[in-house]
Amino acid sequence: MHAKAVPYLLLLPATLFLLVFFIYPFAEIAWLSVSGPEGFSLRPFQTMATHWKFQSALGWTLLLVVVVVPLQLIMALSMASIVTKLEKGRSTFLYIFSIPLGLSDLAAGIIWLAIFEQSGYLNSMLHGLGVIEQPILFLGYQNIWVIFLAVVLAELWRATAIVMVILVSGLGLIPKEYYEAGEVFGANGWQRFRKITLPMLKPSIQSALILRTIAAIEVFAVVTALGGTTLPVLMGETYQWQFALQDRNVASAYGMVILAISVIATLFFLRVLRTPKGATL
Amino acid sequence: MTDATADQPRKVEARSAGRFLFWAAVALITLWVLVPIYLLMVNTLSSPQQVTAFPKSGLPGWDFGSIQFFMSFSGVLKALWNSLFVALLTMVFSIGLGAPAGYALSRFEFPGKEVFRMMVVMTRAFPLPLLALPIAVLFIRTGLDDTAFGLAIVHTVLAIPFSVLITFSLFSGIPLELEEAAWTLGCNRWQAFRKVVLPLVLPGIAASAVFAFTISWNEVFAAAVLTIENRTLPAFLIQNLNVSPLHLKFAGGAAMVIPALIFIFAVRKYLFAMWGIANR
Repeated sequence: MHAKAVPYLLLLPATLFLLVFFIYPFAEIAWLSVSGPEGFSLRPFQTMATHWKFQSALGWTLLLVVVVVPLQLIMALSMASIVTKLEKGRSTFLYIFSIPLGLSDLAAGIIWLAIFEQSGYLNSMLHGLGVIEQPILFLGYQNIWVIFLAVVLAELWRATAIVMVILVSGLGLIPKEYYEAGEVFGANGWQRFRKITLPMLKPSIQSALILRTIAAIEVFAVVTALGGTTLPVLMGETYQWQFALQDRNVASAYGMVILAISVIATLFFLRVLRTPKGATL
Repeated sequence: MTDATADQPRKVEARSAGRFLFWAAVALITLWVLVPIYLLMVNTLSSPQQVTAFPKSGLPGWDFGSIQFFMSFSGVLKALWNSLFVALLTMVFSIGLGAPAGYALSRFEFPGKEVFRMMVVMTRAFPLPLLALPIAVLFIRTGLDDTAFGLAIVHTVLAIPFSVLITFSLFSGIPLELEEAAWTLGCNRWQAFRKVVLPLVLPGIAASAVFAFTISWNEVFAAAVLTIENRTLPAFLIQNLNVSPLHLKFAGGAAMVIPALIFIFAVRKYLFAMWGIANR
């Protein structure tokens, strides 16, 4: 066997696999979204855009992203700073803090359903405190903002862990000398955080934001578990069109919208949080 | 001198107040993570009547009625088995395809390397569960629709970027000199790999295999789109959400959560190494 061929042979299976099951399906989804039985057609996009649920699905999804992702970044930064300061029991707390990253979004939705449903723990607690007499139907269609709040809490609970893990491994790469130098020059804790930690952590923050934003745009099972179809989101509508309405083309059009937002968000973070060449560790 | 001694107690006080706040924050985060899981377990360990009762005490009823109902519910055992089978297949596929690629990326310089890396990194910028839509058509044409094998293929697309990047970092952590020493002692490339490199990376590969398993075990959207008869547990739960009673949902949620807790515990040592390098 020729030595030069070895790396290509090793890459061949994965490459073929990704070509068939990643590149080709995306070409297919793009085609499905602009075609009908007689070839090219804008009907899928027209049907999608004129359907009464499209605008609210788009709006709720974007609102979720804008609310959840920044909060997650702040929470994860605090959690990561706390974890790195821990001396005793560091690995125990790291494990506990990172538990939710192994849980599925559906499980997270069901967990928060236990809290928010009518006979759930929130109502029980309010009853115990004497605030209410009768349990409130939190997750009904007349309380759409409560559903939204429950989804935000469930998403914060579930997916902050992954951001924290990325940030903790990023923090581990910052040399201790930088902080010592900062201390020598009289920088206090907050100044060291702003002038050393944040800039040095930029690459980790960038990849965490990209990862989380894309996942937040795909939010589906949490919403379905907590609010059924009362709170429409893009991925839920995609699922509806694929199944309930049996229209693959419109489902694909939804897919293209999700894809477009994901790509725009990725490019945005790549540009805004880019690290100048030569400034990386 | 007098100033310094007067200052001492105040400093100590400030420090102990800071320590108190610090541990309060640690306790708060711990509760924030654990209490919701605890509440799910309480519901799972209560009878169906206790689950719908109001108000709740927050203590388990130590009744296995919900679990029994869940286990005997038509389709649940099959769904559990499907979940397990698909996740095992995903694990085998993603390591089988990903590890050789990771090895090639870490050990060779060759034209086209960057193209491959780009393709792998690109997969992470796309909403992958959407793949299920066109693949559903492809599978119907090839007879793979509604099979564990077909779903495992889609889950492998989700898992493969991780297995490539993780194995890449694992192999990069093993000095090439070790392999070269084996070559000079008369091993060929394959023998050197099997006898020197493989034992060293095996724990890390096992961790990334568990990670692939977890990705498949938790995945909802593609599973729901691609399976009808052979549903996995998440697909089964989401398709029955609006018709199933609360105690079925909670027992099902617990059935998804408990294995995931064990998996994360098993790979906890590798989580940070994996994410640290997977993001460079």
